[in-house]
Amino acid sequence: MHAFANPARFLRFARPATTWLLLIGLALAGFGILAGLTLTPPDYLQGEPVRILYIHVPSAWLGMAGWMGIAAASISQLVWRHPLAAVAGRATAPAGATFAAICLMTGSIWGRPTWGTWWEWDGRLTSMLVLFFMYLGYLALASAERERGGEGRIAAIYGLVGAINLPIIHYSVLWWRTLHQGESIGITGSSIDNSILWPLPLTMIGFTCLFGAVVLMRIRADLAETKVEARMRRMSR
Amino acid sequence: MNPWTFVVGAYSVAILLTAALIIWAFGSMRRAEAAAEALTRE
Repeated sequence: MHAFANPARFLRFARPATTWLLLIGLALAGFGILAGLTLTPPDYLQGEPVRILYIHVPSAWLGMAGWMGIAAASISQLVWRHPLAAVAGRATAPAGATFAAICLMTGSIWGRPTWGTWWEWDGRLTSMLVLFFMYLGYLALASAERERGGEGRIAAIYGLVGAINLPIIHYSVLWWRTLHQGESIGITGSSIDNSILWPLPLTMIGFTCLFGAVVLMRIRADLAETKVEARMRRMSR
Repeated sequence: MNPWTFVVGAYSVAILLTAALIIWAFGSMRRAEAAAEALTRE
């Protein structure tokens, strides 16, 4: 990780990685979506709305993975003082917030035909909504600290403390058995039939690559902005 | 209501928001890198 402490070395890796992640992500997510809409059968109970699975599950995963990334960057910043950690945390938040929002919206649209309601204050839905608001808080805090010229330590502490919400989201379907279904995909297997399940890994990997590309693009933008600000400060002296 | 209305609605939200995120990230990166490049040339 410390090999990337040098921004020039990081950029040598990030420039081609951004392009590859973008291209692979677009291809896999595009094919997965197409397959999910046209090549899989409707569910025997839910019917056609089951197809929302192929975008809802990746967005839920990325909404949570985004905060895992923020927490990892926070540890790296607070413990090892990695120079790119604060930048990585700031770069991850917009993508994480967007996918958390997509998860909430697609879940709400999926809920209407299957549960008969757009929204319920169920454990999983509520904890995911809390995660979305936490992203907004992190974005505001990190942006304010950057403008003030701070090191981003307050945002890092907030990012670390906020990670408490991740196990709550994960186990919410076990702790509060309300409306959201329990776990249907686990490490050992899945209760979903393979004829419906197969496009899901494609959209999962595809959207994850797109997420990675967005994070790299935000880091590159942040590094370039910092370079401009430093040069302007030197010139104004 | 036609179930496809919900499917199309959900996919539209996901695709539009993802596209907007990628375009915004790409645009801000290009602008920032162009500004840094211009300053280096100066």
